Amino acid sequence: MSELALDVQGISKRYYIGGRVEAYRTFRDALTETVSAPFRRIAGVLRGQTHAASNAEQSFWALQDVSFQVKPGEAIGIIGRNGAGKSTLLKILSQITEPTKGRAAITGRIGSLLEVGTGFHQELTGRENIFLNGAILGMTRSEIASKFDEIVAFAEVDKFIDTPVKHYSSGMYLRLAFAVAAHLEPEILLVDEVLAVGDVVFQRKCLGKMSEVSGQGRTVLFVSHNMGAISNLCRRTICLDKGRIIDDGDTEAVVRRYLERTNAELPQDGYVDLSRHDRGSWLAERHSQLNWVRLSDGRGRQSGVFAEGDPITVEVGFSLGKQASIIQLGCVVSINSSELFTVPSPEYDSGYEPGDFETRMRIAPNYLRDGGYEISLKLFVDGIRQDTLSVITRFQMVSNLSADDTSAYLKKWVSGPLRFDYGWDPLAKTTQPAVESGG
Amino acid sequence: MPQPNTKTLIIEPSQGWVALKLRELWRYRELLYFLTWRDIKVRYKQTLIGGVWAILQPVLTMIVFSLFFGGLAKMPSDGVPYPIFSYAALVPWTLFANGMTQSSNSLVGSANLIKKVYFPRLIVPLASVMSNVVDFVLAFVVLIVMMLFFGIVPTEQIIWLPLLVLLALITSLGVGLWLSAMNVQFRDIRYVVPFLVQLWLFITPIAYPSSLITNDLLKLLYAINPMTGVVEGFRWALLGTQTAPGAVILVSSLAAVILLVSGAYYFRRMERSFADVV
Repeated sequence: MSELALDVQGISKRYYIGGRVEAYRTFRDALTETVSAPFRRIAGVLRGQTHAASNAEQSFWALQDVSFQVKPGEAIGIIGRNGAGKSTLLKILSQITEPTKGRAAITGRIGSLLEVGTGFHQELTGRENIFLNGAILGMTRSEIASKFDEIVAFAEVDKFIDTPVKHYSSGMYLRLAFAVAAHLEPEILLVDEVLAVGDVVFQRKCLGKMSEVSGQGRTVLFVSHNMGAISNLCRRTICLDKGRIIDDGDTEAVVRRYLERTNAELPQDGYVDLSRHDRGSWLAERHSQLNWVRLSDGRGRQSGVFAEGDPITVEVGFSLGKQASIIQLGCVVSINSSELFTVPSPEYDSGYEPGDFETRMRIAPNYLRDGGYEISLKLFVDGIRQDTLSVITRFQMVSNLSADDTSAYLKKWVSGPLRFDYGWDPLAKTTQPAVESGG
Repeated sequence: MPQPNTKTLIIEPSQGWVALKLRELWRYRELLYFLTWRDIKVRYKQTLIGGVWAILQPVLTMIVFSLFFGGLAKMPSDGVPYPIFSYAALVPWTLFANGMTQSSNSLVGSANLIKKVYFPRLIVPLASVMSNVVDFVLAFVVLIVMMLFFGIVPTEQIIWLPLLVLLALITSLGVGLWLSAMNVQFRDIRYVVPFLVQLWLFITPIAYPSSLITNDLLKLLYAINPMTGVVEGFRWALLGTQTAPGAVILVSSLAAVILLVSGAYYFRRMERSFADVV
């Protein structure tokens, strides 16, 4: 196949932000506006004009003149900061929304995983949801039936397959949702970072499935904040910033330049106000969000720099906009945007009224070695992801040993970010062979 | 059925009126089936009396109509007992009214789906209308029981019945397409719909016979309301009322088709902004 799988030419997308720019000047203006506006709008509707098209509203370009080509079988990573336009690009390519300008040609059956569990219905059983979700993702009934056992086995929900999914734990729900999506077999796969929660074993399974797909010579577009996953799966990476492609090429080089830019801009004084952070367009349905994050040491002192012997506390504040029964947070600690470990909070399940909440995550002293670390946060309300902010702050671990200390010199010699309770025993003279040869 | 295709799909901004893409709609018929089935399955979950609701609505209306219009106001009923006269009209009316109400809210109700995955959006209001067919069948069984009770034997005109049901569905979908597409942008529609249903009930000959209108020209004008044709047709096909509604049904069918086609084009035209606005 010499033909291109994807040929994107100058795609742009404009979104309108509600609300008028100009305020009413006088009461009389306001009155006439109130009376005449509905008529003007109705006239507009009858002409087929979209409401948003009126000039009085503010707009912004989520994507501007994005062009790139993808050959069949290529796996391409798409990176960029929160709100750079990554998700919008995938939405346009999967035909969910139209571009404002530009043109894209797609050759081959396309499937997208923008969010798993789309169309799942709480009242339906696991079995019923597999068929419904499969149909929504574009699978035929016979296709789903032939893969049914595989899907159930992959999700590990065999015992509960005839239970309504509202009784599932959020982990089971997610596993089932991903299992259906993972068994879609398109020629071009669009993936948005879906590996948000779920236990570690399952996350690994998902990544395995992804590399299996790209290994089969299918075309993959993979949006993620996890540079480790991107580097593993994609040879080429495109970097978006404020809706434009600013870098495109070999993954290693693109990722390195991206990290250099990001690291220079990250706050590191231990406190970040998250309320005004750019979150991109998918958050239209959001009702709850992360508000702030504060790092402090064991004595409650706010800081972005910690000694190896300090405990670290990550305090998180968020607002809940709707009554909720289960709230869960996730904190990812990464180095150069490659995940080091993820700490999901317990499922806080005592029922909550709307309001502001806070909680904290603790990292015991002496586990992180010196170096720079970043923090990403996620917020789930009733199993739905409400907010994700990737790489929003960073902190520095410094060795608390003085340079002239000889054991410090030796300790420096140890490499790798994590330190466990490891150590060597004193030397002993060998008196007999450690392994007896079999006789 | 979306099949592996090597055809190239072009994505670009659409302008003005766009094609209906009926072929694509056909490829997605299994999704239509699953969404319809989901709506049916979920509708009466966690209710006390479940499917009885499907019958209760037209039956209770029939009782009230019979007491007040039939009993007190002595409304003429084209020579058949008033209860069955009104019930035979209420059965297709309920199909139409519920279909229209549910499809009007369908897009907003499926916002999550629309923002996350692509499929022909026309399927959403279509599934809402189709899911009411089951309720219709249940209510229709009651109608058969009533006919047995009143000793009414249907004539051979009954063969027209499926077409009349189709006419009701077309009307329901036609209005539903207009309203659901508008509802995405203007949530005013939510308040308009119940009011519209109420008004429409009165301009349709359900509680009264259309034979009250004697002027032929006025009668045809009256038939522009497609539900007039449906209701009159039902009584004629099932109860054998001597209203000979041929011309009325013809006008009604024409109006219904215009409503459907215009609704479908309007819907497609507005579709491009659904995912951004809903």
